[in-house]
Amino acid sequence: MSNASTRKRGIPNPLAWIGAATLGFFAEIGRLATFSAQVKAAAFSPRWYFGQIWKQFVQIGFYSLPVVGMSAIFIGAALALNIYQGSGRFGAEQFVPNIVVLGITRELGASITALMLAGRVSAGIAAEIGAMRVTEQIDALESLSASRYRYLYAPRFLAALVAVPMLVLVADIIGVMGGWLVSVYGLGFDSTVYLRNTLDFMTRNDVLTGIIKAFVFGGIIALMGCYQGDKSKAGATGVGRAATLSMVGAAVLVLAANYVMSTIFVEVGL
Amino acid sequence: MTPPILSLQNVEKRFGKNHVLRGVTLDVAPGESLVVIGGSGSGKSVMLKNALGLMTPDSGNILFNGEDVTQARGKARARMRERVGMLFQSGALFDSLTVWENVAFRLVNSGTLSRAKAKEQAVETLRKVRLGPDVADLYPAEISGGMQKRVSLARSIISKPDLIFFDEPTTGLDPITADAINDLIIEQVRGLGAATVTITHDMASARKIADEVAMLFEGRIIWRGKASEVDNSGNAYVDQFVHGRADGPIQPAL
Ligand SMILES: Nc1ncnc2c1ncn2[C@@H]1O[C@H](COP(=O)(O)OP(=O)(O)OP(=O)(O)O)[C@@H](O)[C@H]1O
Ligand SMILES: [Mg+2]
Repeated sequence: MSNASTRKRGIPNPLAWIGAATLGFFAEIGRLATFSAQVKAAAFSPRWYFGQIWKQFVQIGFYSLPVVGMSAIFIGAALALNIYQGSGRFGAEQFVPNIVVLGITRELGASITALMLAGRVSAGIAAEIGAMRVTEQIDALESLSASRYRYLYAPRFLAALVAVPMLVLVADIIGVMGGWLVSVYGLGFDSTVYLRNTLDFMTRNDVLTGIIKAFVFGGIIALMGCYQGDKSKAGATGVGRAATLSMVGAAVLVLAANYVMSTIFVEVGL
Repeated sequence: MTPPILSLQNVEKRFGKNHVLRGVTLDVAPGESLVVIGGSGSGKSVMLKNALGLMTPDSGNILFNGEDVTQARGKARARMRERVGMLFQSGALFDSLTVWENVAFRLVNSGTLSRAKAKEQAVETLRKVRLGPDVADLYPAEISGGMQKRVSLARSIISKPDLIFFDEPTTGLDPITADAINDLIIEQVRGLGAATVTITHDMASARKIADEVAMLFEGRIIWRGKASEVDNSGNAYVDQFVHGRADGPIQPAL
């Protein structure tokens, strides 16, 4: 609303704009936190709509497999090439498998998957919920004594909490495979040696940290989609805006959470 | 005199600068059919949404069966909504569910009936709105606008509520179906003892179904009387509205 009025008056005063944006930002964080608390309360207390949870699990988990797999294989392949090129400068080419598996499991598997899902899942949820909001389906749901938190948001949240770690596990495997493919068929590595090095070097904690991240990313992706959809404004532009905002919001929050968690993992020595 | 089943007391609602409801006071008696008329954009739908708690009034009170539900949440809100049905102006069918799943949503959700039994009841209720069993398994996107409206109507009455809001139930229907819907609304009131609040622009429908008529204008109820009195209300606004004249005290907002 304030946006619309500043836009009408032409170029906004930058100081006023920064002030308003900062206040708006904190107000938004507050609303998002309240909303998240309500979704979590609904998700971790009865009643559960198991049919809806399963439907969302299939939607989020199964149908994301192609996107996640494709992204992972290309990232793994590119990573191997770059590491080979870089480590060649000090004759350390034999470390390619080690660094590829480290990079994929601790970092790229989870963050690339989450970024792809910010587009596919978060924006999808926001558009769907937003359309339900503007066609009064959410009002109708509440008028029929069903809670939107329990019937719509909690199932998406729970499904994402389970599906995203599973997807990241898949991305880890396919990502490492991408690196292996390039190394063996493009860079002349011996297949057996490459795989042996990968498995010997990798630790349980490398995989575990990625999975913990994935769990958090799953929550962010679902919550962001539901939140933006829930407050979507009327009309096709309103729904489109909700989808865009949720995707951008989820992506930024995923990257910020990724950094914070990486810091914590390093601190505690995981 | 029996206490009202629904009572709006001085309800105000504004959206930014748009002061839509400016003190609506309205009682609905149990078993009464009240029709609310008023110009497009005068706040009729907003009034119903406030009554149902889908919007919270800025001030004023809403009483359901004598209990103040203005700010009700959780169990208190659920208790009220169990007893109230609503037909939304837009239909508001769930597009991810089939027609019968829409109609039976409340029955399935409350867990009182098996899906098979609920479907039977849904098909039976669809018949009352003149829809055959063949539409039961279609999705809302596969049926016409008027059919969607009737499915939504079936959804609002299936659980036999004590109070039903109908937001323009006959808009977009052919005259024959519209009259069948009128009869259906009358049956809810006379046959099942429900109280109904119907919003309509269709004066033929209003005359047929209403016990009383109320008119909303500039955010207040400016007139209320027996259905038989609407034609000689002695109120210039009601007169202009009922006879659909462009000139009179009600001027289009420009
Ligand atoms: N969610 C909302 N946000 C902002 N303004 C709203 C909202 N809902 C309704 N309004 C405004 O409230 C006013 C009344 O709307 P309402 O839908 O109640 O009209 P109505 O009397 O039902 O009209 P109609 O006969 O055309 O259905 C309109 O000016 C509308 O713009
Ligand atoms: Mg309306």
